[in-house]
Amino acid sequence: MSGTTPVNGSAERFHEDWSRLLSADHGIAVHPGLLGRLVARTAALLHRAQLDEPFQPRLAAQAGAELVDAHFTDPVLLARAVELLQSQPIGDDRGPALTGAFAAGWANALRERTLSEQEAIRTAADAARKEAERALRASEARFRALFESAAIGIGIGDTDGNILAVNKALQELFGAAPADMVGRRVGDLVHPEDTPGVWEAYEELISGKREYFQFDKPYYRQDGEIIWTHLTVSLIRDDDGVPQYQVAMLEDVTDRYRLQERLRHQATHDPLTGLPNRAAFFERLEKLFENPEPGARFGLCYVDLDGFKVVNDSLGHDMGDQLLSAVAARLKAALTPLGHLVARLGGDEFVVLLENCRGEQEAVAAAKTVLKALAGPVLIGDHKLAVGASVGVLERRVSTTTPGAAVRAADLTLYRAKEAGRGRWTLFDPKENARAVSRYAVSVRMPAALDRGEFFIDYQPLYRLADGRMTAVEALVRWRHPQLGVLGPDEFVTTAEETGLIMPLGRWVLEQACGQAAEWIKQYGDAAPQLNVNLAVRQARSAALVTDLGRILDSTGLDPARLQLEITESTVVGPEDEALRTLHGLVDQGVSLAVDDFGTGWSNLAYLRDLPVSGLKIAGSFVGDLHDPAKDGATGWRIVSGLVSMAHTLGLNVTAEGVETRKDAERLREMGCDWAQGWHFGRPVRPAEIARRIVEEPKGRPVEER
Amino acid sequence: MRRPSWVPEGTDLDKPNAARVYDYYLGGSHNFEVDREMARKALALWPELPQIMRSNRAFLRRAVTFLAEQGITRFLDIGSGIPTFGAVHEIARAIRPGAKVVYVDRDPVAVAHSRLLLEDDPDSAVVQADLRDVEDLLDRSEVAALLAEGEPVAVLLVAVAHFVSDDENPSKLIATIRDRLPAGSALALSHASLEARPDQAEDHQKLYRMTPTPLTMRTNQQVTAMFAGFELVEPGVVPLPRWRPDQPGTVGEHPERIAGVAGVGFRS
Repeated sequence: MSGTTPVNGSAERFHEDWSRLLSADHGIAVHPGLLGRLVARTAALLHRAQLDEPFQPRLAAQAGAELVDAHFTDPVLLARAVELLQSQPIGDDRGPALTGAFAAGWANALRERTLSEQEAIRTAADAARKEAERALRASEARFRALFESAAIGIGIGDTDGNILAVNKALQELFGAAPADMVGRRVGDLVHPEDTPGVWEAYEELISGKREYFQFDKPYYRQDGEIIWTHLTVSLIRDDDGVPQYQVAMLEDVTDRYRLQERLRHQATHDPLTGLPNRAAFFERLEKLFENPEPGARFGLCYVDLDGFKVVNDSLGHDMGDQLLSAVAARLKAALTPLGHLVARLGGDEFVVLLENCRGEQEAVAAAKTVLKALAGPVLIGDHKLAVGASVGVLERRVSTTTPGAAVRAADLTLYRAKEAGRGRWTLFDPKENARAVSRYAVSVRMPAALDRGEFFIDYQPLYRLADGRMTAVEALVRWRHPQLGVLGPDEFVTTAEETGLIMPLGRWVLEQACGQAAEWIKQYGDAAPQLNVNLAVRQARSAALVTDLGRILDSTGLDPARLQLEITESTVVGPEDEALRTLHGLVDQGVSLAVDDFGTGWSNLAYLRDLPVSGLKIAGSFVGDLHDPAKDGATGWRIVSGLVSMAHTLGLNVTAEGVETRKDAERLREMGCDWAQGWHFGRPVRPAEIARRIVEEPKGRPVEER
Repeated sequence: MRRPSWVPEGTDLDKPNAARVYDYYLGGSHNFEVDREMARKALALWPELPQIMRSNRAFLRRAVTFLAEQGITRFLDIGSGIPTFGAVHEIARAIRPGAKVVYVDRDPVAVAHSRLLLEDDPDSAVVQADLRDVEDLLDRSEVAALLAEGEPVAVLLVAVAHFVSDDENPSKLIATIRDRLPAGSALALSHASLEARPDQAEDHQKLYRMTPTPLTMRTNQQVTAMFAGFELVEPGVVPLPRWRPDQPGTVGEHPERIAGVAGVGFRS
C-alpha cells in the first residue's frame, strides 16, 4: 500500500457523517438494521475508492447505485452526499473523479430504476385494462345471455321509435323472425283495442317526461292472430340524462285475458240465448243516465211472450228453451241492425233498449218490429208453434226519470198491454203508471211505510240567475220501497191523496224539512237557502194545516220568512174556494206561497191575481220542449218570455224549472227570469251535498258552470 | 347505488390515483403524468408531504415489526397500494419467516402491479376489493381463508380510512371486520389528521375532492373511536413519528406537524 493515508480519525468522522446523512429523510422509513448495514457497506466502498491504488471509480459508482437500490432516490440526498465527499481530505487529486463516479453511479441506477418502475407500472396498467376488458366481455356475455334466454319478451328501441333488437321470447310471442321486427317502428304496433292513454304515455316516455309505463296491450302477431300482453316500457338515459333507448318487456297474458273475457261474457250474457243478460242490460241503461246530453231521450220495449207457460207445461222445458232461443234469434236479427240492444231479463221476458231515441214514434216502431218478428210460427222439431207477445213501450227524456223507475214503468205498461188483450203494444202513460204503481203495492204498504221510516227527503237547489247564488232548495219526498226501489213523489202522491195518507205524510215532510232548514240557518246564517215545500191539494184544503204549520214553525224555530210553500193551480178552483182561507191563514203566519208547475193546468190568470202568492214556477215542460225537434223552438221561447213578463206584471218572482243547459240558463237570465232549477244547476241531492254547496260557493257559481 | 360486483369497473388512467400519487411522494416512478401533476399541486400546498408519507411508511414498518414480534403471522393489508419498498411480507418475514399476507386494494392497476411482484410467492395473495363494500371484501376467498384458519390476524388500515367519507361510516366498516377476526387479532391504523396543520387541511381536502378518492381528515378523537372493541397498546393514538420510535432521537423535531396519527390495538 502506498500513497497518502487519511488520518484514522477522519475516517471515523466520515462514517459518522455518512450515517447521519442516510438516517435522515428516507432513512426513517428503513429498518434500522438494514440501514446500518447499508451505511457500513457504502461507507466501506467509498473508503476504498478514496484509498485503493490504483483508483477504482467503479467502487464509488457502486456506492451510489446501492443507495438507489435502497430507494434513496431523492436528489437532495445526492447533493448532500457530493458535498460530504468533496469535503473529505484525500491524498491525491482523485477527489473530483471519485465524486463524479459516485454521482454517475447514483444517476445511472436511478435511471435504470425509473425505467424499470415505469415499465412495471405500464405492464400493470396493461394487465389491469385487459382484465377489465375481459370482465366487461364476460359481463356483456352474461347480459346477452340474460336478454336472449329471458322467458319474457324484450325489445330495445331508440327514441325515434326504431326497433333495434328483440330477444327470442319476443320473436316467439310475435311469431316473427328478427328481420320481421328489427328496423320496424314501434308506432306500427298499434292495435284498435289499445287501452286509451297507452300512446300518450309512450310519447311522454320517449320525450323524457316519464321513466316507465305499464299497460295491458294487444298486438297482432305476424300471422294476424291477436295476442294480449302485459307491457312495461322503461326509458334509458345517457350519463347526461338525455333519453337514449326504450326497453319494452312483454309478458304474454293472452290466456288470462281470454279467460277474463269469457268470464265477463258469462257474467253478462244469458247462456241459453246468448243475448246480454239482465245485469248487462242494467249496466248499459245506467251508463245512459250517467252523463246524458241535454235533452237526450231513450226508449224501452218491455216484451213478454204470450202463452209461453202453456208451451212449457205441455211440451216440456226443453221445447220451451228451444222456443226461447228461436225468439231471441228473431229479435236479435230484427232489432240489432237498427242499433237497438236486445236483452233477456229472465223467463220469457225480453227488453229492447233504444239509446239516443229520436222520439216516441221510433220506440213505437221498435215495438211494432218486435211484434212483426214474432208473428210467424216457430218450427221446433215437428211442432209449429205460434208465439205472440205483448210489449210495453216507454219513451222519455233521460232527465225526467231514473233507470229503476223507467224499467218499472215499462213493466207496468206491459202489464196494461196484457190486460188490454194480447199481441199488442201499449205506450207509457204517467197517470196510468201512477195508478198501476198504486195498484201494484203502494196503497197497501204506504200507511205502514211512514212508521217504518221508509220515506226520506232530497233537496233540489234553486239558483238566482242574476248572481249565480243558490237561493232556495225544494224539498222532494222519496219512498225507499222494499220491492220497487226508490219511488218519486209523482209515483205515490196521488195514491197518498186518495187514501188520505197525504195528511200525515205532508206533516212529516214539513216537519223534517223545516228542521233541516233551521239547522242550515243556525250553521250558515244568511248563506243558508230558503226552503220550498210542496203542498198537496188535500193538504191545502185542510183547516188543520194552519195549526200544524204554526206548531212546526214553533218547534223547529224556523223563521217563516225563510219558508215558501208551493201549491198547484188545481189547489184553488174558484174565488170562493175554502182553500183560499187556508192559504191566507198560512200567509198570515209569515210564510210565502208560490204556484208550482204553472202552465200545466188551468192557468187561470184571473185567479192568479187574487191569490196571496208571491212566486210562480214555470213548468219544466216549457223549457224541455225548447229542445224537442218536433216543436218550434222560437215559439217556445216566446211563450216562456211571455210567461216571465206576465208574472213580473203581477209582481211575482219567476222560477224556470227543468233547466238543463247553460245556454238555456243564459237566455233565461237575459229575458229577466229570476230563478232557475233543473239538472244544469243540480239534481235532488242529500242534505250534506246542499251543505257542501253553501260552504264551497260563497260567491255563487257562474251561470255558465254546471 | 353500488354497482353489482359482477359488473366490472373500468381502469381510468386519465384520473390521478391515490396509490400512484403516494408512490411519487415516496420518490418512486410507479406513476403517470396525471398522478405527478396532482402530486406537484399537493406538494406546492404542503411541502412536508413526502416527509409525512415516509413517516407513515415508517409507522407501517414499525407496526408490522411490532406485531410480528408479538407472534402474529397473518396480515391483512387493506389499501396496500403499490409497495414501493418495504412491503409487508418482507418486513414480517424478517421476523416470522413464512408469514402470510393478503393485500387488498380497489385500484385495478395497483392490484395488477402487486400481482406481478408476488407471482411466485405462495404465501401472499392480492385481492381487488373495496373497504366500503366490507362484506364483499371479507367474503373473498383469499380473505375468508386467512380469517378461517383461526390464527390471530393483524389488519392493517394504513393511510386508507381517510378515503372513506363520514357517510360511508368507517367505524362501522371497521367494526364489521373486527367481528370476523379470530381471538388475539390486531388492528394497525394510521389516518390523516385534522389537527396538525388546520390551515392547510381544507385546501388539501379540496384537491383530493377532484380525484376519484376524496380525502376526509379526522380529529385524534375520531380516530381513537375507530378502535372501538380494540385495546390500544402504548402509546395509544399519537402523531406518526411518536408511535414506538426506533430510538428516541429519530422522532425528529415537531412531530405534531406530521399531519397523521396512528395506533395499534388488540381485540379486546
